[in-house]
Amino acid sequence: MGVPQRCRAMTTTVLLFASWADAFGPSLAVELPEGASVADLLDVIGSRAAGRPLPKPMVAVNQRYATPDQVIQVGDEVAIIPPVAGG
Amino acid sequence: MRAALVTRPLDVAALVAEVAHPGTGATTLFVGTVRDQHEGRAVSGIDYEAYGPMALRELETILAEAAERFATDRIVVEHRLGTLAVTEASIAIAVAAPRRVAALEAQRYVIEAVKARVPIFKREHYVDGTRAWVDNRGGSVVATSPTSSAVAP
Repeated sequence: MGVPQRCRAMTTTVLLFASWADAFGPSLAVELPEGASVADLLDVIGSRAAGRPLPKPMVAVNQRYATPDQVIQVGDEVAIIPPVAGG
Repeated sequence: MRAALVTRPLDVAALVAEVAHPGTGATTLFVGTVRDQHEGRAVSGIDYEAYGPMALRELETILAEAAERFATDRIVVEHRLGTLAVTEASIAIAVAAPRRVAALEAQRYVIEAVKARVPIFKREHYVDGTRAWVDNRGGSVVATSPTSSAVAP
């Protein structure tokens, strides 16, 4: 009661790959305030990764690269994309 | 147009046959293979893994972009996943177009876009027994044991 809706928390399952999956497993449950952006997610993820030799990632939301200001919605498929190396 | 992620060896002749058409006068084939060295280190093989659904979606988007820019939809790309030995093909792209310039330019567009955008990752295995995740900018190497968990030199 009296708590603004945007302060509610949501738990987002984030998919991980390559060096990030080696460090944390194939996915990570991250608690974010409702209305959190991709930049907010990167802050949380970055603090978990502190001290580990992990490359700076991109973020994909629903299988598309996301900009830092994109808001993450409940139910979105979120993935941390380390530097790509296809070809 | 067709894009696929596969775990079997690539059949490049089949890709060339797939794009063939009586109206095309130029066919290009690009094959990317595993090299035996990377920045002075002897490489014995590479593991490729992908964020599968997104990687396939990006590949399909890239083919659609190339088809629009270069006016041919006779383009196929297959990227292999899993553990590859030196000399094995990791990617093959075949393009057929009425004239050579479109075929060559579409080819180049597709491989450069794949290298920049498709969420596929590779871990090199070195002859000295170490392994490391590597990116397409040639840097940012993260060693993954068995001998070290620190950033590789």
